[in-house]
Amino acid sequence: MSVAPTLLAVEDLTKSYGGVHAVRGVSFSVAAGEIVALIGPNGAGKSTCFDMLNGQKTPDRGRVRLLGEDITGRPPRAVWRLGVGRTFQITATFPTMTVRENVQVALVSYANKIFNVWRSTPDFERGEADRLLELVGVGGYAERPCGELAYGDLKRLELAIALANHPRLLLMDEPTAGMAPRERIELMRLTARIAREQSIGVLFTEHDMDVVFEHANRILVLNRGTLIAEGSPDDVRRDPQVRAIYLGEGLVYDARHREGAGA
Amino acid sequence: MSFYIVQFLTGLASAASLFLVASGLSIIFGVTRIVNFAHGAFYMLGAYVAFTLTERLSGTLGFWGGIVGAALIVALIGVIVEMVLLRRIYRSPELFQLLATFGLTLMVEDLVVLIWGPDDLLGRRAPGLRGAIDFFGQAVPTYDILLIVLGPVVLGLLWLLFRRTRWGVLVRAATQDRDMVAALGVNQKWLFTSVFALGVFLAALGGALQIPRDAVNHTMDLRIIVDVFVVVVIGGLGSITGAFVAAVLVSELNAFGILIFPKISIILVFLVMAVVLVVRPWGLFGKPEAAARQTPGLSVRPWRPLSSNERLAFIGALIIAAALPLLGSNYALIVGAEIAIFVIFAASLHFLMSVGGLASFGHAAYFGLGTYGVAFLAKFLGLPMIVCLLIGPLLGLLGAMLFGWFAVQLSGVYFAMLTLAFAQIVWSIAFQWVEVTGGDNGILGVWPAAFVATPARFYWLALFVTALSVIVLRVLVFSPFGYSLRATRDSALRSEAIGLNSKRIQWTAFVIAGTFAGIAGALFAYLKGSVFPDNAGIALSVDSLVMVLLGGVETVSGAVIGAIVYKALSIWLVSYTELSKLVLGGMIVLIVVAFPKGIAGTFGNLVDSGRLPFFKRALPRASQAEGAE
Repeated sequence: MSVAPTLLAVEDLTKSYGGVHAVRGVSFSVAAGEIVALIGPNGAGKSTCFDMLNGQKTPDRGRVRLLGEDITGRPPRAVWRLGVGRTFQITATFPTMTVRENVQVALVSYANKIFNVWRSTPDFERGEADRLLELVGVGGYAERPCGELAYGDLKRLELAIALANHPRLLLMDEPTAGMAPRERIELMRLTARIAREQSIGVLFTEHDMDVVFEHANRILVLNRGTLIAEGSPDDVRRDPQVRAIYLGEGLVYDARHREGAGA
Repeated sequence: MSFYIVQFLTGLASAASLFLVASGLSIIFGVTRIVNFAHGAFYMLGAYVAFTLTERLSGTLGFWGGIVGAALIVALIGVIVEMVLLRRIYRSPELFQLLATFGLTLMVEDLVVLIWGPDDLLGRRAPGLRGAIDFFGQAVPTYDILLIVLGPVVLGLLWLLFRRTRWGVLVRAATQDRDMVAALGVNQKWLFTSVFALGVFLAALGGALQIPRDAVNHTMDLRIIVDVFVVVVIGGLGSITGAFVAAVLVSELNAFGILIFPKISIILVFLVMAVVLVVRPWGLFGKPEAAARQTPGLSVRPWRPLSSNERLAFIGALIIAAALPLLGSNYALIVGAEIAIFVIFAASLHFLMSVGGLASFGHAAYFGLGTYGVAFLAKFLGLPMIVCLLIGPLLGLLGAMLFGWFAVQLSGVYFAMLTLAFAQIVWSIAFQWVEVTGGDNGILGVWPAAFVATPARFYWLALFVTALSVIVLRVLVFSPFGYSLRATRDSALRSEAIGLNSKRIQWTAFVIAGTFAGIAGALFAYLKGSVFPDNAGIALSVDSLVMVLLGGVETVSGAVIGAIVYKALSIWLVSYTELSKLVLGGMIVLIVVAFPKGIAGTFGNLVDSGRLPFFKRALPRASQAEGAE
């Protein structure tokens, strides 16, 4: 992985709300095809960090570069056009459209046909939409109203939407929150496979340590807005500071990990 | 110099009533999240009841007792309204709440005429305050001084009420998180009722205090509500201090605008509002609203293009409609043409409202601009009808471009209030700029060309343009642009995250809707042969909303059905009853409370339940389209 070119480079990212330093001087990078987890206790600044990466929030200081290009402070839609897909902690989809139409809207945008007024959207790149839905495993629900999907399938749909613009980087905010344990593993395996095949860099936040330690190539640990550790899953697991602050001394993960019980 | 100071004092005096009404609106909104369109009606009721009471009661005590008594009586009416109507719709989508309170306003307008008659009533002057104070050689009415003092006093009292009483603490808590307040065991029902009563009391007091200054009449509700909307948009909805500052600002702008630019005083206020909106969209003292929650009641039944059976049904209906001249009288043809024109108008609003989620309460502005566009071209330039019909609607387009740019910066109730204010500005210009628009007398003699001069031919023209417009709008709904627009309505967050520029998309939709409204207006001008300010009036804006709502706001073709049913019904009503507003208002309230899905929505439900097999589709259960398309 280390030979892959740097995809995302974050330098000295800083943001405060009033007097509270949500994120302070955070720097890291993500390479193409690499899966990086951003973890830390509640209030550590994970979401703020995330929101600054795709332009949802503007940093007070610091730079965000995508393939060398400075994208700091650009609006989300501009960041998306540069190849950054995003999924949300609480899914954001279009509930009055069918599952397929949800993807088709993203394809319309990717093809720059937003202001086309005469074509039929339900027929727009139907094949590509179905391919993406198949890829994430909800191909059978294409005609369903999106509002009827189970939560796990909505998460998959979000992934399909995020993949519609052939992204170089995927930002996934708690991709498995609110899912059943088995669905979590499946979704992350799927994500890892797609990332590997298409050489997409993935940065995700997650509270489920099973998911994190099983799928992340590298882990960043955030606490009170600063990066306190960074490294391979093994390094991070052994890091005394991380144990003290976040993983705790109960070592549930270690115990389960030794038994080989994934979930 | 002293003249300007006196003018300043007059402005301050006018601000008092405006502040009372606006603060009442803000307080009610803060807790119940309802923008009470009926607030102007309560203001008007306050004035009427105070008029009656002060006529009956004598002496200083009688006068002031009458003023306060009137406010209390109207507050009591408010309590009844809250308990009977509003409690049923607290969980409804914003649009329905706005419409229900608007329906109430219409009802009150007719009731007031029924009880007090249509003529202006001149109230008693305040005893002991009839005179004027000499101010450097200029006279300032004593009563104005009282009002100037009253504004800050009420502001102070409200501050004390909200900061120093238990009730006030509960209200402030509910403003921040009403669910949490309910979870803490506070009786929310009575908290809401008492807040509504206070808000209505303030509005009615504002009205009652106006009677020594101004004649009481049955149009004062709409006049004040537009000013109040401007005040709360500038000051920030939910902020009482903001209401005070903005009321003073708006009143002073009016007072000095009349002196400096007598013709465009209303535009001055608009300019200030525009600047505020660009700099602080949530108002000077307001707070940015948290991300809008998903509109409850949003349909999960996806829209579908017409099936072949439905296409046949549409063509069949069109053929039957085209055959009307063979059967109907001239009167029926004129009514038919009018209905057709309103189908375009309703369909254009539907595009903005149902597809874009932008409920405009001032859509008549662009209809009206279309009528004037045609009238200017035909009367001043003498252009032939075809040219006028093609170019006239462009005035609607231009208006929509200008106003729409500001309007789409906002959403929800702010959007509704702003569009209403814009429409009122168009109406005021048409009304005041007598040299160009003819003012209240309108522009007469806009006659159609010879080739469509007979009722049958004009009807066919209207039907043709209508069919074309409806088809074009439908194609738009299913086009990439239509889907992008729906995407911005469904989820702003997701739209931005897939590269959609929401504001630009919504602005484009606003312009499209305005243009089609302009087309409807252009035809309307030729149908009537004349053009009046009321073509951009509030009543017409409400008509369009009701048509969309009656047809079913969550459907693709509800607007067409709603327009036909509503227009036919209202033409019939007007010829049979004097109290059309009362009936209409009652109807709106009834739809909102009992029939929120509208005609097409209900029809669609019937299709889904399998009771109308002709419209059934061979699709998986869950994705059956609405049948009414």
